[in-house]
Amino acid sequence: MYKYNDFDEAFVRERVAQFRGQVERRIDGSLTEDEFKPLRLMNGLYLQLHAYMLRVAVPYGTLNPAQMRQLAYIADRWDKGYGHFTTRQNVQYNWPKLDDVPDMLEALADVEMHALQTSGNTIRNVTADHFAGASADEIEDPRPVAELLRQWSTDHPEFQFLPRKFKIAVSGAKHDRAVTKAHDIGVRMVHNDAGEAGYEIIVGGGLGRTPMVGKVLRAFLPREELLAYCEAVVSVYNLLGRRDNKYKARIKITVHENGLEKMQELVEARFEEIRKGFTGFDQEMLKRIETAFASPAYVSKSSGNFEAARLANPAFRSWADTNIAAHKAPGYAIVSISIKKHGQTPGDATSHQMRVMADLAEKYGHHELRISHEQNVILPHVHQGDLPAVYAALREADLATANIGLVSDIIACPGMDYCALATARSIPIAQDIATRFDELKIEHEIGELKIKISGCINACGHHHVGHIGILGLDRAGVENYQITLGGDGTETTTIGTRAGPGFSADDIVPAIERLVTGYLDLRENADETFLQAYRRLGMEPFKAILYPSEDKANAA
Amino acid sequence: MPRAFTPKVITANALIAGDAVWFTADNRWSPKISEAEFISDEAHADLRLLEAQARQDEIAGAYLADAKDGPNGPEATHFREEFRTRGPSNYAHGKQVEL
Repeated sequence: MYKYNDFDEAFVRERVAQFRGQVERRIDGSLTEDEFKPLRLMNGLYLQLHAYMLRVAVPYGTLNPAQMRQLAYIADRWDKGYGHFTTRQNVQYNWPKLDDVPDMLEALADVEMHALQTSGNTIRNVTADHFAGASADEIEDPRPVAELLRQWSTDHPEFQFLPRKFKIAVSGAKHDRAVTKAHDIGVRMVHNDAGEAGYEIIVGGGLGRTPMVGKVLRAFLPREELLAYCEAVVSVYNLLGRRDNKYKARIKITVHENGLEKMQELVEARFEEIRKGFTGFDQEMLKRIETAFASPAYVSKSSGNFEAARLANPAFRSWADTNIAAHKAPGYAIVSISIKKHGQTPGDATSHQMRVMADLAEKYGHHELRISHEQNVILPHVHQGDLPAVYAALREADLATANIGLVSDIIACPGMDYCALATARSIPIAQDIATRFDELKIEHEIGELKIKISGCINACGHHHVGHIGILGLDRAGVENYQITLGGDGTETTTIGTRAGPGFSADDIVPAIERLVTGYLDLRENADETFLQAYRRLGMEPFKAILYPSEDKANAA
Repeated sequence: MPRAFTPKVITANALIAGDAVWFTADNRWSPKISEAEFISDEAHADLRLLEAQARQDEIAGAYLADAKDGPNGPEATHFREEFRTRGPSNYAHGKQVEL
């Protein structure tokens, strides 16, 4: 993992000290809320419905055990004993007191963490594939590049007042687990025809009010040109992006309004202007960063007890079949720890659970943890022989739910239970859907299915790219839930299509049940996933299931 | 034609704790909406909001929220404002257990 150097350490400490002074001046009345708000947002501090919320950056979702333990300590000391993992691989505390926040930031700095640029019109936390450095389908570990981008974008003097927020995701694998096509810039590692490694640069993707799939701005960018090219993209956006209307300010609208060709022309021109300024120092830095992400010292030992436990314990087998992914190293596995126990809040882990996961990473996981954008926690490097022990410890801590990628592994934003922007609640809907399918005992039969729920049009819950998306709205003072179908957040990114009129809070869970059990009747065989069935059949049969009375009325 | 004025209360978040508070007729910030000043006159609402917003060292983000008069004092009319009177639905946290 990347270790802070003296510069990083001094910079983060200085920012904590600055914010401490700003909080003091707000409390003694020398700053008004209007003056203070942009300052607190620069430090990740929001004011929500019931309390402040502190959003802590987890760069590219990577944590070490000491950091995870510190998150647990902060949860106990200054919050209500839990943290919420988000769809941007961050962690949020829902109950901090304003006068405690500087101490919380100081505690984060103690373990090389911060909350900088987790809000505001800046380049936000750079996200990456949560299986980075471990997955079998990887070209290269995306995290060194993500770290380089993090260092470049942190406090970048030109990019502190962009037209709107700016999100970058990096993927190093064939399968896109980082939703790169729904980011302002998506960086995908590719090889060109000559077999050289480089990047495909995708621009102008985004969800929210006007969802757009990102477009390829440059099909192949040589590795050493990444920083200069990204700087050219953001620089063009900084001037061209609209500042007159915040709903039209994201780069997706800039690309849409100006066209991809014009963006390409402007970016290439700007790139030519500035590339000479990049004299190779960034590449020296990248080399240093890369050494920090060297593969762990894998061990070779017997996987015998894994097979034995699989045969002996059906619960372990079910968990292993669902929550384990293929690792690039022989004998190793990637463990996804579900933070989605049926009926619990998606993404919420207690301080005890955080400590258990930290201990497991230390004992069995080469000291590494990841937060996924799907709000789960990953142990990326676990030897198969250790899986039974890992499972047993997770079970003790209520963390052994075998539902990764299944109907109850739901992404949900905090919604109107916390968020001041929300138009409806998301969490209770996710809880009820998961509980219902657990009662039905059919989620393994259903197979892969991604349900994603947002409590407002800003789409933090990624509903547009859910196989089933749910969007909570306020319709004449009542919570109402719209369903979209056919969304996909992988390398074949697709924005889902609205199925029809929304459902009330009481009707949405039965509607989802009808839809999913209806799919079981529609699919060709048990291998055809919900998304595949939807792609084969189109909207109509699913619509007929969702709105049966309408169907009858038409037939009559 | 301008929309008819509907009754209001003044609400904000407390500066330090960040929890929802309501402005009372005797110029306090109460954690209970039932203690809020029930305002049925638009001009008075505007004036009181100015006075509330001036109390920068106590609160943040004061605004007028729709309310109705109930048996025990003002009540929220919209579900968002109702949630603010009690806390989140996924845990027994916030006002539903603190008050």
